[in-house]
Amino acid sequence: MRLRPPRHRVSPRAIIWWSAQAALEVAVLLVPPVIGLVFWADARSWLIPGTAAVAIIGVAYLLVMPRWRFQVHRWETTDDAVYTSAGWISQQWRVAPMSRIQTVDTERGPLQQLFGLATVTVTTASAAGALRLAGLDRAVADDLVERLTETTQATPGDAT
Amino acid sequence: MVTTVTAPGDADWQRLDPRMLAVTPLRQLAGFLPVIAVVLVTGIGQDIAGRVYSVAGGVLLVLLAGMLRWRTTRYRITSERVELRTGLVFRSTRSVARDRIRSVDVTAGPAHRLFQLSVVKVGTGERTDGRESRELTLDAISAAQADRVRQRLLDPLYAGPDRSGATVAPAATVLATLSWSWLRFAPLTVSSLVAVVAVGGAFGQLISDVGANAVDVGGVREKLTMTPLWMGIAAFAVLVLVIALAGSLSIFVEAWWGFTLVREVGGTLRIRRGLFTTRSVSLEERRLRGVEVVEPPLLRVGCGARTVAVATGLGGRRGHGRGTLLPPAPRNEAHRVSGAVLAEVPSPTGTTLHRHPLVALRRRLVRATVPVLAGSAALWLAPVPAWAAWAALGLLPVTVLLALDAYFNLGHALTSNYLVTRHGAGVRGTVALQRAGVIGWTVSQSFFQRRAGLVTVTATTAAGNGGYSVIDVETAEGLAVAERAVPGLLDPFVQHEVSGAAHTLGSTA
Repeated sequence: MRLRPPRHRVSPRAIIWWSAQAALEVAVLLVPPVIGLVFWADARSWLIPGTAAVAIIGVAYLLVMPRWRFQVHRWETTDDAVYTSAGWISQQWRVAPMSRIQTVDTERGPLQQLFGLATVTVTTASAAGALRLAGLDRAVADDLVERLTETTQATPGDAT
Repeated sequence: MVTTVTAPGDADWQRLDPRMLAVTPLRQLAGFLPVIAVVLVTGIGQDIAGRVYSVAGGVLLVLLAGMLRWRTTRYRITSERVELRTGLVFRSTRSVARDRIRSVDVTAGPAHRLFQLSVVKVGTGERTDGRESRELTLDAISAAQADRVRQRLLDPLYAGPDRSGATVAPAATVLATLSWSWLRFAPLTVSSLVAVVAVGGAFGQLISDVGANAVDVGGVREKLTMTPLWMGIAAFAVLVLVIALAGSLSIFVEAWWGFTLVREVGGTLRIRRGLFTTRSVSLEERRLRGVEVVEPPLLRVGCGARTVAVATGLGGRRGHGRGTLLPPAPRNEAHRVSGAVLAEVPSPTGTTLHRHPLVALRRRLVRATVPVLAGSAALWLAPVPAWAAWAALGLLPVTVLLALDAYFNLGHALTSNYLVTRHGAGVRGTVALQRAGVIGWTVSQSFFQRRAGLVTVTATTAAGNGGYSVIDVETAEGLAVAERAVPGLLDPFVQHEVSGAAHTLGSTA
């Protein structure tokens, strides 16, 4: 017995988005050791291998994480529920019934705008139950938000 | 002096109790007492008369402020809302829709009780991130009026303002009352630590206020040098113990004096307690999603436990303590009260739980040993004395014991109405969550969990923490529990057949 993957993949452009994010993170991590290398000659004996290690791990992360994520991140809606999977090394599958959805939000960061992507967050009354569908194609996201909003508006009650 | 706030159709607006004119200044002046004393003794003014005048002026200001507050504060309770207007210059109207009311708390400190007044707090339990929950506070009205207000606000059938003032106390079933034998648990709570810290802090403050050297009071230094060291340490330990004991006992007595937990007709749980400050917390039963039996380490040693309500509208973690249903009590009593609160006998929290697979124990042992071993190895190689590495290694028995405890605390079960789950290292928590209160599932699997064929299944809910987890359960068993707990929610996404299809998801074990 196991969970089957949700039906839809996120947009393939999400790989580029995650790569860009990872590249930025690795670059930020590399700034202090590189500054050290330039201005602190005495420390080069141990800073060079240290910086190299950070760079190698960073590049590996950059190459592996986005592709792995793309294999894992998936989503699906049925008449009764929203179902998502996310993560890479550790993974999460989340289910929220339509009748318990409280808000549906869309957000687009600068990088996501660049790649025509959007993140849809579906919240329930639970402080721990938000579903994030990251890296959806913008049109798909808009369509999804509209559908979810319609469905949840039709459901009575305060969803607790 | 002040124009009263009157607008057309104001008939229902009521003032706070006029006795507040005395209580508010009294409490504020009590807070300023040290300042007043200092001003009178050392003084800002040149002569005694000047000092007296300045103090009298201050007192007058406080009195005027209290008067102003009383004149400008009005409240009313209609069939739809509770409203509170305050302020003269900065007017504010706070309004709470009645169907948003989650809790009504009535408290009365010593000053309020002297004048038979009570403070009513109407909670909406909104999760406002970072900010205080939007509470509406009536500070204060007469104790009798407070009780009427409380009943009206919690009565779903209430239709409009009742000016007769004659309300009969609703019939109530007593679920639990205080037994003084529970005093034995008081020293086993954090309150003993609080007492030591408080007394220590107060003592230090006193010493620094007096301006004396802490060691040199009354020639203590000489006496100290003459007594053997072990005697000094022993005396200090006894002193700390006595303070902890006395402090925790008095905190327990003050907090839990006259404790009763009742179920009122109309579906309200009500807790009343307190010696000097009386507190009454009312909780609507339809907000109740379950109950947690919490056993902190020291209480566990004494076979004690507390019972906490898992309810919506208590304000999440910030509202911690509001859901406390029972003082530290014997474990059996905690389970009995859980059952009584949930109207389930025997209590779901006392159900025999399924043990989790042994791989879960291996995971805990690995987590307990690997970091300690790695740390001591690093210390061994590092340029520090060798005993540091040995000391780090000395942590091993502690972490292994915690790992064993964590494993043997793991458990889960399904009863006809409740999902029961237990976990914790040191602090053990057993939660019984209404299956009807589950509003979603999160199944998570880390890299090592995937290799071990385990998952953590979290039932999300609107109440309490927002989610309660069955940790490190075998994948199939975890999914089966989720499926059975809330039929129809997870089923469409679960594959039951054992298929050989290549697949990156789910259990590959």
